[in-house]
Order: sequence, then structure tokens, then C-alpha cells
Amino acid sequence: MSEKPTGSAYFLEERKDAPERHTLSILVDNEPGVLSRIAGLLSGRGYNIDSLTVSETEHEKHLSRFTIVTTGTPMVLEQVKNQLERMVPVHRVVDLTVVGEPLERELALVKVAGTGEKRIEALRLAEIFRASVIDASTSHFVFEITGRSSKIEQFIAIMRDLGLVEISRTGIAAMARGGQGM
Amino acid sequence: MARTMTGAEMVIKALTDQGVEVLFGYPGGAVLPIYDEIYQQEKVRHILVRQEGGAVHAAEGYARSTGKVGVVLVTSGPGATNAVTGLTDALMDSIPVVCLTGQVPTHLIGNDAFQECDTVGITRPCTKHNWLVKNVDDLARVLHEAFYIAKSGRPGPVVVDIPKDIQFATGTYVGPGDIQIAHKSYRPKLKADQPVLQRAVDAMASAKRPLFYTGGGVINSGPKASQLLRELVRLTGFPITSTLMGLGAYPASDKQWLGMLGMHGTYEANMAMHGCDVMINIGARFDDRITGRIDAFSPGSTKIHVDIDPSSINKNVKVDMPVVGDATYVLEDMLRLWKARGTGPDKAAHKAWWKQIDQWRARDCLAYKSSGEVIMPQYALQRLHELTKNKDVYITTEVGQHQMWAAQFLKFEEPNRWMTSGGLGTMGYGLPAAIGTQLAHPKSLVIDVAGDASILMNIQEMSTAVQYRLPVKIFILNNQYMGMVRQWQQLLHGNRYSESYTESLPDFVKLAEAYGAIGMKCDKPADLDDAIKDMIDAKGPVIFDCRVASLANCFPMIPSGKAHNEMLLGDAVSEAEIEKAIGTEGKVLV
Repeated sequence: MSEKPTGSAYFLEERKDAPERHTLSILVDNEPGVLSRIAGLLSGRGYNIDSLTVSETEHEKHLSRFTIVTTGTPMVLEQVKNQLERMVPVHRVVDLTVVGEPLERELALVKVAGTGEKRIEALRLAEIFRASVIDASTSHFVFEITGRSSKIEQFIAIMRDLGLVEISRTGIAAMARGGQGM
Repeated sequence: MARTMTGAEMVIKALTDQGVEVLFGYPGGAVLPIYDEIYQQEKVRHILVRQEGGAVHAAEGYARSTGKVGVVLVTSGPGATNAVTGLTDALMDSIPVVCLTGQVPTHLIGNDAFQECDTVGITRPCTKHNWLVKNVDDLARVLHEAFYIAKSGRPGPVVVDIPKDIQFATGTYVGPGDIQIAHKSYRPKLKADQPVLQRAVDAMASAKRPLFYTGGGVINSGPKASQLLRELVRLTGFPITSTLMGLGAYPASDKQWLGMLGMHGTYEANMAMHGCDVMINIGARFDDRITGRIDAFSPGSTKIHVDIDPSSINKNVKVDMPVVGDATYVLEDMLRLWKARGTGPDKAAHKAWWKQIDQWRARDCLAYKSSGEVIMPQYALQRLHELTKNKDVYITTEVGQHQMWAAQFLKFEEPNRWMTSGGLGTMGYGLPAAIGTQLAHPKSLVIDVAGDASILMNIQEMSTAVQYRLPVKIFILNNQYMGMVRQWQQLLHGNRYSESYTESLPDFVKLAEAYGAIGMKCDKPADLDDAIKDMIDAKGPVIFDCRVASLANCFPMIPSGKAHNEMLLGDAVSEAEIEKAIGTEGKVLV
């Protein structure tokens, strides 16, 4: 196989710029189909979605806020922002990673089953991680844990050996530090 | 003023309030209430096409030749899916189109009802925006918003999907009002920031080898943008080239005009693009047909990019000075700033630059081997140009070799005279687009420069042309091949003409006559002028079957993946050179 040509419009992803991971906040009109509009734009243009969360944030104004974590070269990330910004129902797009180290939180529900020593160990570790028990029987716990993604990853990794059954995660909610809104 | 009426009445009322005079459409079950309203009024003229795809292209031709919004009405299901190609075409070329689609009644949506499809889902990626109206009281507002979105900022197609029960329901109509100011989220930026404009003009003033590179954005901005562009280009004395979509914004007869650039652009335009030190891009988007190999594209230039769409900036090519704004406003500002400068440009450097350009021009890159036996396609277009250039003429094209030859050999002096499918490259665009153009300009000469393969893609629209007595002239460069496909097969696939020869072409003369139009045929260079004159003088629609050399290639050509200074020129090309020019890596590109 000959090597792929570089420098053609068809192989832009071959650029040597290192990919970066950015968190975007997007304020949109909460109208039917807006989620598929946003998700469709990203998938249609081949952008990555590492995490996507959305919920209505201002009920009277019918505004929803997306938090999207995406990975790409600086040029691609600029495109993601510009492409989102020109959509009709989009009010604002802010690249929180450019603004500064954003506040990012995620919630996870973690189900762990087991008895004896492992069960006690799971509960003890949950306390250390400030996870709370929201459901339990003599043979299982469901923990609710909130925090940065890295903390949740770590908690899940530990639970893997202690009878982890399943996980449900919300994806990241984020905002910029300081007193100003987006 | 608010009034109570049915949804179907609202549609007509909204169209008339928006100043719509012509509507291209095709009826069906889910739009019958609207057609019933059309029957009972005379303000909006409905043009019945023969397939919904033709309706959208006709609306595109109407829109491009007038600067107005093109309007389409189709039914649900297949009506909507047939419109998808046209919508995508309009999206790629930034043409304002409002497409109204019928939908099954709201209570049946999602039930796989007869002629149901997820129209908003299917058209979401091929429209600027779309709406499904589920409440009759929203209908008037959505329709007005649709027109605003279609024509403002970077124009584009929009779809309003209207379920049948909404068409029957009674609600409150509201007028267009001042949606421009009122729109809650979509307010494109028209005036550019002054500091970046000042920096751009400073760069222009200090340029030694400047070049204007303009695109469809100038034409979309309106006739004033073309006027301002002419003024700025003449004032600066800079050379100017343009994309396929931008032809006509600057007069082709002017000495500062270098011709079109890109894959089939002129040698002088592409070499100037390669060698310039300051590039002023106004309303073009660095399409891959223009840039060729990206990392070798205009390598030494400071790039100024004026675009109304921020997402066009830094998409393919990283630019130095992004100017976000409407071409008219930006050109106005540039002119003002240029005039305000005390110092003039570097005259000696410009003289040397023009001298270099004149050397490239002397290469005469569009030269071809003429023949007394067969009509060369280039010759046919040269004659067509000579015989129509003093007339009020509009040109549309299909897609392929003939389209590129038309761009090379027909010289456009005014904007909005050239309708072609640039971004999507839709075969079958030209005839319906000519119909839309002719409707907008009933007294003008409208010519569809076509190929024998492309014309068959929407040939059914002949019936439309005949019904509405639209005297469009279809000038077919008939080489019996899908010429561009064949050319690529010759250059890239060892002369293996896989499925690119059309075995059983119709007799185009009889075909025209079958539709009730005039059929003409010409196969001798000596007869061509008289035949073209007859075509022009004919009162009705004409299909002109111009039999041309079957194996002619369209040159110059920048092979895919190559740089602008690596063009193939027609007279110098041997098979060995072609093999050398197009490496294995170029073959994987389109």
C-alpha cells in the first residue's frame, strides 16, 4: 500500500496538530428536534462527541443548555464552534476550555453486588469518595457519586474488583469560573 | 393585523405578503387544501413542473437570476424526497429557497401512513433550517421566519413541513412584521470589525503581487456588491480571478480579469494564485476544486478572507485576516479606507507583477486544435458567445465538460447571468433552472448549455417549458459520452471507458418535436453560425443537438492532489505526461 497523500483537502485529518479536548457550552431554543440537529451536525461533519448533556435551563424563555465535550485539532475545534454558532436555534456557543479551566461535574449511579468482606470494603470506599447509598439490599448497593470525571473513573475502577454490576453516568455539566454568565 | 383564516389560506396570504409572484410545485394528497386556495386566487402564479426535483432547480434559477427567494410547493413522502437533491444543491451554492412540503395529518405522523416520510429528519442536514408546524397559530410566524432565514446572512434553502390537518384548521394570521430585528437567535453580522478591515487594507496597499479572488458571495450580496467590487479593483489596479460561482461579478472583457481559477481555470489565474503575496478573497470558500493540494495552495501569500459565514473561515485554509461581514458593507468600507490612504501602492512592483501575468497569459491556455470536419465543443461555445454577446442573455448549465467549457469560453459581463450547479454538481440542473430564469425574464434569451447525458436527467421539464410557452434554448454539446467521466477514465483508469458511453441516445430533434418544441441539429463547423442564429430567432423552446468531437478533453486541468503550478495544458499533453502527472495518490481523490 502506498502512503496516503498529505496536504490534500481530502486528508485534512492527517494534519500533524495534536488533538485537544475541549468543553463547549451551547445555549439553544428548546424546540422539538434541537438535540438531533446538534448531534446530527457533529456526526455529519465527522466531529467527535466524547460527552453530551442537555436540559432545559430557563423554562420561561424556552432555553436549553448543552454541554459537549469534543476532541479535535485546534482548526477542527474552531470549526465545531463556528458550525454550531451559525445554526438558527443556537443563541451562543462558548468554548469553556478557552475561557479558562472550567468547572466540570458529572453524576454516576454505580451498582455493586457482593457479600462479606467485599461488601464492607465497597461501603468503606464509598464513604471516602463521598458517594451516598441510594438503594441497598443485603447483597447490593447503588451508590450515587458526583464529581469530576476523573474521580468517577477512579471510583468505578476500584469497584470493578468489588462486585461492580452496572454504571449509569450523566455526562458532564460545566460552566466557567467567576461571576459572569455565558 | 391579525386575522382568522385556515392554514391553507395562511400559506397564500403569507406568500403574497412576502411578495412572491411565482411558485414552482406539484400537487398531491397532502397539499390539496393549499392547491384549492391556489385555484381561487390570481396573485401567486403556480408553475406545474413534471417532477419535484425540477421544481427546486427552477426555483434556484429564478432566485439566482433575480436575487429574490425561490418558492417551491410539494406534497408529502415522495414529493419531499424528490426535492432533496435540489435542496442540497441550494445549500451548497447558498441559494435562497423556501420549500413548503405537505405532511400527513398530525395524528398519523410516525404511523408509517401513506406517503409519509420524516421530512424534517431527512431535510435537516440539507437545509439551512426547517420546521414542522404542529399548531396552526404558529404557521404564519414560521412562514415569515422561513423567508427571513432563507434570504438573510448566507442564503440557503429552508423547508416548512405542514400537516394536512393544519392546512384545514382555523387560526390567527399575523403579518411579516419586523422579524429582522425581532428574531431571537439568528442575526448574522453584516458589518465587519474596523481594526481587521484597516489591517487588510494596509496589507493590500503594501502588496507587491496582489490578487483578488472572488466568489458567489459577491453575487449573493446583491448587484451593489458587484459595482463596488469593480470600483475597488479598478482603483487598486490589482488582477482579479473568480470561482465558478462568482463569474459575472467582474466583467470578463476587462483587462484586469484573469479568468476563472481552479481545477479547470486558466493558466494565468492559477499561476497568479500560486505566486501572489497578498490574496483578497471576497465571498469564496476555498473549495477543493479551487485549492487543489492544500499545503501547496498559494504558499507565500498573506490571506484576507471576507465571508458572511464565520464557519467558512479557517475551514480548509488557514487565513491571516478573517473579515466577517456582508460583501457589500465590507467592500464599501474597503473602498473608503483605500481612498483615505495617503500613499499609493508600489507601482514598480505592480508593473513587474503584471508583466509576469502577461507572460502567463501569452501561454494561451485555452487554445485547442481546431477542425474543419467536426465541431470542437470549444468552438461551439465560442460561436455561441459571439452570436449572443450583444443580447440580453442568461446562461444555465448542466454538469460536466460542457459546464467547464462554458465557464471558460462564455464571457460574463454582469452578475446574475450565470446559473450553474457548482458545489453539489447536479446533472439535470440546467433545464429546470433555465425554466425558472425564463419565467423571471420573459423577454430575455435563456440558454441551457447542456451535455447529452445531463439533459436526460430532467428532460421531462421540456413539457413544462412548452406548457408555459417558455422559449428556453437547450444547446446540447453532444459527444455521446459522459464527457467528464470519460476524461477521468482516460486520464486515471487506462482508457477503460466503463459505462460512460451512452449507447441509445434519443433522436433529440424528434424528442423536441414530441414535446411540441423545435428540434435542431448541426454537425458541421461551417453550418454552425447559421444554425445558432436560427436557434436564437426561434420563438419557442428549442433543443439544439450540436454534434461535437466525441473525445475532446477539457484543459487546462489541475489533477487532484496537485498544486496550481502543476497544471496539465491541452496542447502539451501526451499520454506519458498524463501518466506522470497523475500519481497513484491522485487517483483516490475525486
